[in-house]
Amino acid sequence: MKFNVNGQEHNVGDIDRDMPLLWVLRDRLGLTGTKYGCGRAQCGACTVHINGAAVRSCSLSARDAEGKKIVTIEAVSGRVADAVRSAWQRLDVVQCGYCQSGQIMTAISLLSNIRKPTDAEIDAAMDGNICRCGTYIRIRKAIHEAAWSIAQGR
Amino acid sequence: MMRTSKHGRPWTPTRRSFLKDAGTTAAALVLGVHSPFAESGQAASPPAPAIFDPNVFLRIDPDNTVTILSKHFEMGQGITTGLATLVAEELEADWSQMRVAFAPNKPQLYRNLMYGPYMLTGGSASLANSWEQMRKVGAAARNMLTTAAASRWEVPAGEIVVAKGVVSHRASKRSATFGELAADAMKVPVPRDVELKEPKDWKLIGKRLARLDSVAKATGSAKYALDMRRPGELIAVVRRPDCFGAKVLSFDDRYARSIPGVIDVVRIPSGVAVLATDVWSAMAGRDVLRITWDTSTAELRSTSEILEEYGRLAEASGTQAVRRGDAAAALAKATHVLEAEFTFPYLAHAPMEPINGIMELRPGGAEIWSGCQVQSADAHFAAKVLGLAPEQVKINTLLGGGSFGRRGNPHGDWIAELAEIAKAIDGRAPVHVVWTREDDIKGGYYRPLTLHRVKVGLDASGQLSGWQHKVVCQSIFVGTPLEEEMAKDGFDRGSVGGLADTPYDIPDLSVESYNAWSPLPVLWWRSVAHNHTAHVIETMLDELARRARKDPVAFRQSLLANHPRDLTVLSLAAQKAGWGRPMARGRGRGMACHRSFNTRVAMVAEVTVTRPGYRVDRIICAVDCGVAVNPGIVEAQIEGAVGFALSSVLRNAITLDKGVVEQANFDDYDPTRFSEMPKVEVHIVKSLAAPSGIGEPGVPPLAPAIGNAIAAATGKRLYSLPFDSSLLH
Repeated sequence: MKFNVNGQEHNVGDIDRDMPLLWVLRDRLGLTGTKYGCGRAQCGACTVHINGAAVRSCSLSARDAEGKKIVTIEAVSGRVADAVRSAWQRLDVVQCGYCQSGQIMTAISLLSNIRKPTDAEIDAAMDGNICRCGTYIRIRKAIHEAAWSIAQGR
Repeated sequence: MMRTSKHGRPWTPTRRSFLKDAGTTAAALVLGVHSPFAESGQAASPPAPAIFDPNVFLRIDPDNTVTILSKHFEMGQGITTGLATLVAEELEADWSQMRVAFAPNKPQLYRNLMYGPYMLTGGSASLANSWEQMRKVGAAARNMLTTAAASRWEVPAGEIVVAKGVVSHRASKRSATFGELAADAMKVPVPRDVELKEPKDWKLIGKRLARLDSVAKATGSAKYALDMRRPGELIAVVRRPDCFGAKVLSFDDRYARSIPGVIDVVRIPSGVAVLATDVWSAMAGRDVLRITWDTSTAELRSTSEILEEYGRLAEASGTQAVRRGDAAAALAKATHVLEAEFTFPYLAHAPMEPINGIMELRPGGAEIWSGCQVQSADAHFAAKVLGLAPEQVKINTLLGGGSFGRRGNPHGDWIAELAEIAKAIDGRAPVHVVWTREDDIKGGYYRPLTLHRVKVGLDASGQLSGWQHKVVCQSIFVGTPLEEEMAKDGFDRGSVGGLADTPYDIPDLSVESYNAWSPLPVLWWRSVAHNHTAHVIETMLDELARRARKDPVAFRQSLLANHPRDLTVLSLAAQKAGWGRPMARGRGRGMACHRSFNTRVAMVAEVTVTRPGYRVDRIICAVDCGVAVNPGIVEAQIEGAVGFALSSVLRNAITLDKGVVEQANFDDYDPTRFSEMPKVEVHIVKSLAAPSGIGEPGVPPLAPAIGNAIAAATGKRLYSLPFDSSLLH
């Protein structure tokens, strides 16, 4: 099977077509920034972008991912991605950090669709991403701060 | 300090083991990591004086980076940043040159100074036990760099200034970086003692320095154990029994072996392991195993039956944990007596990175890669399974994707299991055991199911008059190598932490403890017993105050008069929350104040009671943890503790139906979600007292503060956790 990941075509050979994209990324392509958290689209740790939208890679089969443009935390780029990452670092959002790839991918997708999200819009977008360390307060701040810096053209 | 246990050999590593590794000191390392005392010119000295030997704790590379070897595990609590701050402060390093790596498992060098001979991270003790040690490391290294520079430039050492990572001599206009001086500095004898800076001279301690792990964790490049791969490793997924304590009678692996990618299927004491080339194949193989279990010694009861047994236990006399004054006589004299029963469910820790680890066997040894929090236990249990000595087990500690107590297991559970699998395949390939989320939620090592029964009295003037308290739960320490120390004579001191040592002046106090037993394994869950004892104390104090028609804050203040630090956080939280100001109908404010791990935390919760349920709007917190080495991290730990503990207030519970865990994943064990997170305000008390813990102390006061706020809003009191808000309407 072939996958378009981070702008490159990858041939992973003959694999189980039911294998979730998450395990294709991690075990076949060595892209371990995308995390396993629940395997059932309950926690968002495995979030990637497919054709620009945030998708839970643990619950998307290889069959359905083939041929789509997949972007992972390792290569996500652009103004929004830069603003989000830099707000995350400025506010020291992370604690254990394990869920943060997924949080960041979801936040980038949110800010790509809504340039200045309200708290309610942030709640709606982020409610599917669990953080056991409880970094939600700083995630909210970082999203607002990233939105502000994008608006300033920084 | 050697501790023994009837459950196995003591965890006493030998000095020989690390001396053997001495030859590995790489030439490129300036202050070498593995450099033993013999190489630093102190072969004749006993280990004790070298406790701050910089050779053991830091390394300065020619590229001018300073890498500290963290003896503590990083699970998100920020300890690596904290330890680096202490070293950098005394070393006069620039923050940008600081790096962190995890120390090897050599307990002689890297023991937790608060836990005897053991290398472990826990009990919110990391900063407390490192506070002097790490500053001395930095001061000694600065001293050695200064001596080296003085000798090179032939100037008096007293004229040399070190600042921001640069060593300079003003008069001769000479300067050098640490990297340039490190080779010479390594030859300088380690000073026998050093002087530490006065607090007024601190440049980094107390500042909001950026976390050292922020960039790696925000770019997906941070490596957790689950991200590690050893060449040729096999992924192992284990089918464990549905009922704790059940054993495999027989199994059929025909279907499992037919799954592409599955390489082997082996029986181990904890179940049946499927080994495959990748995670998905191993999971798929496990799904089609057919196993017959022997449940004759298993836990087959439902939660309700276990609680009934707890209730029966509590009818009799327990082990007297505290007897102060005469509680029975005081209660007999009381004009009002309140009685309440509280239950607390089993709780899974559910760290975001599921339990996993890699083991490679080689002749005469084993090597582990995992998020190891109690390296002494992990090496001990791996060695026991493999027939090795603990010092033959090398542990590569990796970043932990959360823990909350789960990775600090005195049973060394997943590491022992990993060793069993590696042994079962004769070590022919590295093995990476991976737990799925279901394995994690169903896998035990829970916060123990707990029952409290409490009877408290008030006299005619509204003063406390007697407090009788019974705590029934399963002991965490019984059956571990720490049993002799912590659970002597069947009394687990850990079960009553926060109650037996409450700072409140309760003149007539009786605390009885009861150890229940089950094959279900239990473990500490962020703040250990404090997460239930604080809830009971603070709920009862609130109810007593209201019954006595006293203000709940004033009532607590009168019981803390002899404890100024506790009193200060209590009063500060009340003041910052605007205690006493009226609130809108349906809203309420509740106070709770608790000391754990020597840190004082008071929280005021503001809630809005809605239909159905309630919403936690804001938490105003005051904390005294001694010197706040990094206030940003102190705040983060409180924010995080609120988010974590809120799960257990809102809904989380592990329940058994005829021994089978009824929860499986984040749909039926659903942690606090983003939209449920209250605002959190943290006020840190300025203090020059030595730092105490901050990872756990934010948990205990949350639940009672919320419960007390709900009572203030509705007049209805909820006792057991998680709160059943249907009782409000």
